[in-house]
Amino acid sequence: MAYVAVSGGKEAIEESIKLLDYYKSGSDKDIEIEAIENKLGLLVDRVMSEAGLYSRTYAALALKQCEGSIEEAVFLLRAYRSTLARNYYTDTVNTDDMRVLRRISAAFKDIIGGQILGATYDYTHRLINFTNGESAAELHLAMQKKLAGQEPAEIVSCPRVSTGLKKEGLIDSFPQNDLNPHDVTVNMLEFPADRSARLQTLARADTGFISGLAYSSLRGFGQVHPTVGELRSGYVELCVPYPLSEGESVYIGEIMITEVECFNTADDKDQLKLAVGYGAVFGRNETKAIAMAVVDRELDSGGPHPAQNEEFVLTHGDSLEMNGFISHLKLPHYVTFQSKLDSVRKTRRPADE
Amino acid sequence: MNSNYNYAFLDEGSKREIRRSVLKAVAIPGYQVPFGSRELPIGRGWGTGGIQLTLSLIGPADTLKVIDQGSDESVNAVNIKKFVGLCTDVETTNDTRKATLIQTRHRIPEIPLRNGQILVLQVPIPEPLRIVEPCEEATKKMHAEKDYAPMWLQLYESLVKYKKVTIPTEYPCMVEGRYMMNPSPIPKFDNPKLHRAECLYLFGAGREKKIYAIPPHTEVVSLAFDDIPFERESFAGKKCRLCGSENTYLDEIFDPQTGERFFQCSDTSYCQEVRRHVSE
Repeated sequence: MAYVAVSGGKEAIEESIKLLDYYKSGSDKDIEIEAIENKLGLLVDRVMSEAGLYSRTYAALALKQCEGSIEEAVFLLRAYRSTLARNYYTDTVNTDDMRVLRRISAAFKDIIGGQILGATYDYTHRLINFTNGESAAELHLAMQKKLAGQEPAEIVSCPRVSTGLKKEGLIDSFPQNDLNPHDVTVNMLEFPADRSARLQTLARADTGFISGLAYSSLRGFGQVHPTVGELRSGYVELCVPYPLSEGESVYIGEIMITEVECFNTADDKDQLKLAVGYGAVFGRNETKAIAMAVVDRELDSGGPHPAQNEEFVLTHGDSLEMNGFISHLKLPHYVTFQSKLDSVRKTRRPADE
Repeated sequence: MNSNYNYAFLDEGSKREIRRSVLKAVAIPGYQVPFGSRELPIGRGWGTGGIQLTLSLIGPADTLKVIDQGSDESVNAVNIKKFVGLCTDVETTNDTRKATLIQTRHRIPEIPLRNGQILVLQVPIPEPLRIVEPCEEATKKMHAEKDYAPMWLQLYESLVKYKKVTIPTEYPCMVEGRYMMNPSPIPKFDNPKLHRAECLYLFGAGREKKIYAIPPHTEVVSLAFDDIPFERESFAGKKCRLCGSENTYLDEIFDPQTGERFFQCSDTSYCQEVRRHVSE
């Protein structure tokens, strides 16, 4: 009989893995890790962000291992992350001190520190370039030459656009909170969620999921149209408390992040105020950062729409969880389906049988 | 065993934390203990709750059995055994009696488990009330207040509409008269095996980050009305075509050529044992 799907699992898996190797052997051209890291930078950023693990090299390694699948690459990094102990939480980062590479405001023309367009695809024409262009080595060399003669600009601290509005009283100010976050990688997310847990969950969320939610809110299932008060991306320095000396911190490196503040009008008793939604993600992933800010604000306001429902938003956007559970439908369900069949058949039998 | 990874994959702190949650779960039978579920190299929804329990409990002296849908040879069972084999060197077995630790998806073995054995069940949706209330914040309150009326109502409405309680697997039970519990997607056929058992049952939901337990000798009662008793899947008049058993949970199988319908034991290890006895 042909149908013996429940046995022979071991050989089937081995053969399946061989077929995967076949798919990966499609060309004799290799992709080097360094190339993925540097030439597919936005893909690397997205994988790091959804994995919640900042390592460009490991993200590139993961992408290479799984034919460039984002969900598989995130999966590999998350699983690797589970083998490491969480030793420290970094000090709170003040992003005023960010080494800014790009900074725009859609709310004000002139902002303290200035608008810096930086690198963006926003103003390019999306026309496929059918010629493959110059060689990687030539391009790299030409760029290095251009940069060689230039003086690096001095890094100046750049206050946030919202700071001025806070001083004016249009945006609520809150005391600094330096408590360790409710870390969702080691604690179960509980509801109502702590704000740190919410922001961590959103920052790690699947880009597509969170963008779709934010879009639903812009289209009418929510507060409609927020203003990007500020979007900035650049490098921030990370420090951890020095274990041997109270109050001292040790610099451990820098990471690239994109940070967004969105402004919405909100009720303030009998008058109006501005309310802020906050987004921050690893790397250059602006759509996700803006979407995160939109959804953060929607969750603050609450309401009847999906993007305003904390449990709905925070429990359904994790790449691993959503893809894992959807893909488990491919597992055999012989026992449960037999039970379903039994239930269906019993309701269809005449009552006297 | 791959020495690049810690014994049983997870770091020791994580394993200890999971064991603490297990102790709490054993102390409050049927109560869902939240835990910081770790990500594994196996997909969320593919048994990661069960695997985390197995990894945090397993030691060199253990003998592991893994089944999926009752079968030791199913792809998922094989895959989980392969993973545990990568990061431990424990012995594996198909023999239910020899195993100290059994991880399972959707079935409880036909052979009654004894004192000293642990059955780890993989749970997709730990919350029994989820079918009547989608919101976790609300179901937590319902458990706290022992407000299980909506579930009873669900059962009643099903009776009125179909003259049967139509919940197939994941049939809810009351544990020690206090917490309503989802026994995981085991068929109703297996529910009675939870009642006053000799072994320890542990339930792990990785994606939903919950652990719960039924310690030995715990009272576990499937929901039923006084005048409408609890009813299991019925295989009346059918028996396993391989071993002839008439008292086991059966898989329904079609011959693709003739369209003929067969039944055979879902618990493959039990089925083989019966056949061995017959041939001896």
